Amino acid sequence: MTPAFTIQALSGWGRYPVELCHLFRPEKRSEVAATMASGLQPSYISRGLGRSYGDAALNKDAGVIWHALLNRFLSFDRASGILECESGVSLAEIIHYFLPRGWFLPVTPGTKFVTVGGAIAADIHGKNHHKDGSFSNFVLDFHLLTPTGEVMRCSPASNPDIFWATVGGMGLTGMLLAARIQLRRVDSAYVYVDYYKAVNLEDALATMEESDERYDYSVAWIDALATGKNMGRSVLMRGNHAAGTELPARLRESGRGIGGNSGVPLRPPWNLFMDFPSGMLNRLTVTAFNTTYYALHRTAARQLVGFEKFFYPLDALDHWNRMYGKRGFVQYQIALPQASGRAGLRTILDRMARSGRASFLAVLKRFGDSGPGLLSFPMRGYTLALDIPAARGLVPFLHELDRMTLDHGGRIYLAKDAVLRPGDFAAMYPRLDGFRAIQRKLDPKRLLSSSLARRLRICDL
Amino acid sequence: MRVPTVLILGANAGIGRALAVEFATHQRDLILAGRDLEELHALAADLHLRYNVNARAQEVDVLNFEAMESALGGCLSDSLEGVVLCTGYLGDPEKARGDLQEARRILDTNFTGSALALQYLANHLEHQGKGFICALSSVAGDRGRQSNYLYGSAKGGLTTYLQGLRNRLHHSGVKVITVKPGFVDTRMVFGKGKLPLVASPEVVAGSIYQAVKHGRDVVYVPWFWRIIMLLVCSIPEGLFKRLRL
Repeated sequence: MTPAFTIQALSGWGRYPVELCHLFRPEKRSEVAATMASGLQPSYISRGLGRSYGDAALNKDAGVIWHALLNRFLSFDRASGILECESGVSLAEIIHYFLPRGWFLPVTPGTKFVTVGGAIAADIHGKNHHKDGSFSNFVLDFHLLTPTGEVMRCSPASNPDIFWATVGGMGLTGMLLAARIQLRRVDSAYVYVDYYKAVNLEDALATMEESDERYDYSVAWIDALATGKNMGRSVLMRGNHAAGTELPARLRESGRGIGGNSGVPLRPPWNLFMDFPSGMLNRLTVTAFNTTYYALHRTAARQLVGFEKFFYPLDALDHWNRMYGKRGFVQYQIALPQASGRAGLRTILDRMARSGRASFLAVLKRFGDSGPGLLSFPMRGYTLALDIPAARGLVPFLHELDRMTLDHGGRIYLAKDAVLRPGDFAAMYPRLDGFRAIQRKLDPKRLLSSSLARRLRICDL
Repeated sequence: MRVPTVLILGANAGIGRALAVEFATHQRDLILAGRDLEELHALAADLHLRYNVNARAQEVDVLNFEAMESALGGCLSDSLEGVVLCTGYLGDPEKARGDLQEARRILDTNFTGSALALQYLANHLEHQGKGFICALSSVAGDRGRQSNYLYGSAKGGLTTYLQGLRNRLHHSGVKVITVKPGFVDTRMVFGKGKLPLVASPEVVAGSIYQAVKHGRDVVYVPWFWRIIMLLVCSIPEGLFKRLRL
């Protein structure tokens, strides 16, 4: 039977850009191979929950293979915490079913509504990168369907070159079918958090530098609009998993202390059901918000915070991206190396503050060492993420920031990107040639592509 | 006490998979039957890990009439609470005009194979003196129309078969539930362009579970299809035959 597809306007989480794609929804693993071999489309890319921000999971006028129904748990070893599942399983599902049994994600981004396949393809990082590195550190192996129809088992020991090309490879080496990941043993669903209000960038970075090693998780909300002596003022949030015995009795006894009693929603409890008008998040409103948010926060030690609130504050509101209106937004996330990081952050925050553009949610964190993933994003130093509404002149503005990032030896996160240019991309990812060589070998007929891949010429030799 | 077990024929995809999940959330053990054993094993593992129920896979092909008894025989047990038949094949109506093999496949999957499977399983339940048989027919079986009359007529036949079976099993205490789904977001609908009133398999499975629980005779899912089909069936044939439906 010919695989059916539907022509659909798709976008990433930033809702910029929006493109017509030919969407397939296989229900069996064998249908993924059948679709790729069908000759119906010039090329294909995998898509999970569509939480990459830009065009990574788009393939304009070509095939998008949606892994929504390939989301089965396959095995779990309760002694070791090794979970085997299909690529379409979401991190929310893993938490929902395994946190009450005492297991948590080894690495999690700021939303739990991403798939395991996407987590591998973007080699995601979390608030614990300074300690534990990125997601791929906890991937024992995966099954990759290559464009030639072969299913390869890849791990750091077997087919390591393909493993490290696939990790962070943005889906361009094949379709991930299933993976085995190492979960993390936890004793509770709570985190003890220390908040610290940093008066400026120097203060924030110095405090992180000094204290990060004492925390599993460390991240800072940063006021990207503050200028002058306040530039870079932040609220540091640093935490460690709470032991079960440290919890108040009511949490321990009800089971909620470990995420039981349906404490972990599979879907967001609230829904932003309509678009805000584009431009509602502007300089004025965001400055007002940031000032209030900063003013309300206190330096406080050992606050017991539920994991939902600590890791996923925005997951409570479905479609929160509609706050940016129909035009959407770009999340601009960069990594900067340790040595030039401070200067880079200063330059970019200064440019941002002077731009007149609003950045509602800005996040600053320290990265640990980079991994072996050929296109993995993290590098030892810092990362800064800015949400910027799509508006006139945004693209040239971001190109200007790209240049600054590059000048300081930094790079852009492909899972967030929507505007980078191929030359800058190649300069940011020095292991690109190695990736291309492996990619070409796996995909001689150029069956894998995405709008991101074409824009950045990732697969062009 | 033994956990009641539900046999799902055609458990691999669409409404069948959603029903497997639905029964698992209500703590039933499951026998997942279908053609693709590898996929069924994956689903069985998934249901076990999520809902802590026992689920096993059984290879059954309703088109393999000769092997039917032995394949289904492996599904029988004293703890069998009921059977849900979700096998169905919409096929390619255009192709089936000239290709009699395709036409036969549509008729055999939706009627002959389905009815034979139920015919065999009904004896076991009747002997047991309790249980249920729930089968997915279709609103398409209520009135034949040019776009899918092979599928529709086979489903219409299945509806009639279920009527008779319900009558036969009534005194034995076995319930027979006829389910007529409208448009559901499964393989039958995906990629067929924009259709109105498409329901999710999860919502439909929830309604079907309720129908089984309450021992209803005939249910439309979602419910408003009963009204739609009442209207569709009230159009005089002289007018209906002129319509492009």
